[in-house]
Amino acid sequence: MIPLVDLFSLCAIGAGVFFFFAGTVGLLRFPDSLTRLHALAKADNLGLGLVALGLLPRADSALAAFKLIVIWALVLLSGASTAQLIGRALRRGRK
Amino acid sequence: MSVLPFLDVALALLVVGLAVWTIAARDLFASVVGYVAYGLLLALVWVRLYAPDVALTEAAVGSGVTGVLLITAGKRLGAARAGEAGPSPGLALKLFAGALALLVAGALVAIILILPDPAPSLAPQAAAAADGPGAGLGNPITAVLISYRSFDTMLEKVVLILAVLGVWSVGADKAWGAAPAPLGRRNPYGATVFLAQMLAPVGAVIGVHIFWVGADAPGGAFQGGALLAAMWMIAMMARITEPPRVDARWLRLALVAGPAVFLIAGLAGPLMAGSFFAFPHAFAKPIILFIEAFMLLSIAVALPALVAGPPNGRSE
Repeated sequence: MIPLVDLFSLCAIGAGVFFFFAGTVGLLRFPDSLTRLHALAKADNLGLGLVALGLLPRADSALAAFKLIVIWALVLLSGASTAQLIGRALRRGRK
Repeated sequence: MSVLPFLDVALALLVVGLAVWTIAARDLFASVVGYVAYGLLLALVWVRLYAPDVALTEAAVGSGVTGVLLITAGKRLGAARAGEAGPSPGLALKLFAGALALLVAGALVAIILILPDPAPSLAPQAAAAADGPGAGLGNPITAVLISYRSFDTMLEKVVLILAVLGVWSVGADKAWGAAPAPLGRRNPYGATVFLAQMLAPVGAVIGVHIFWVGADAPGGAFQGGALLAAMWMIAMMARITEPPRVDARWLRLALVAGPAVFLIAGLAGPLMAGSFFAFPHAFAKPIILFIEAFMLLSIAVALPALVAGPPNGRSE
């Protein structure tokens, strides 16, 4: 019998890995840059978020758990900003 | 049967494959992006080799700061090269260059193959020295860097200053003393400004944190300094701040602060502990942290100065 906490970690990290996988497939298979960017953002935001969520109960201390959340927040911030910038560069290139 | 060895082999193959792709890429920008990804993968390799300190440095300096440096250089090179496209080199020159590259690679392979086994190593002495004068520091890497090979560490920072001087010296005579050209465009995009405003304060805190924990855990002045430098560069790209004039007194003081404080502490060694660059046992930790704080400042100033480039003179 798996403890409930482990089951939670397993589910969250499994879901995160699924989003990374889906994002990677999208990155390789989607037709143009904007849709590929969309797929990449899902992998970063949801995938990493779910992996961090799954790792939270396994953190050694409250500080370590806090660092996990900060890492996710930083990746969210930089991922969203660079996606905006790349998208803008693409639109400028199309004109 | 663990899955880790397979992952390691896959990682190594990926690094080699990406290296080949980076060299073969035709487009300058694409090869720079390949190089940055290569640096990040290399950082993972260092983590797998149980060298988190080196991994942090590789990710921050080898991949991050060098990537920015290469992108900026590529952009300026592209603007300069647009007018003059020389004839491509002849077959003889290409063959000669290929033969030369093969010779260098062959010599390196030969040297690695004839290394004695076990390889000569200074690691035991370094570990012993880190236990001695570096005692009190929980991170042996920092103890070795500042205590065992202190002279090398100081000279590395001197090299950084020389590099900054080299970059500054290619500016035009008339522009001397002026500020380098701005890093970002005149009207920065909203997303750039937002990123700089949100990320820079957090990144600065993390940079100081990495320096501070460097005494006891992976981290240190170089990694923390590179992070601070990156935050300053983001602020410059968003035009929140501009590159400082190269004759600014504070800039020059900050540049030389690290090696100067290090050298003064080293010269005080004979009085305090009996030999050059030796630190008294009881005060080793505060002295080392004091030196590293000024090193952090020098690195945080030198790296953006390298990226900003020579004094420009024109305001826009």
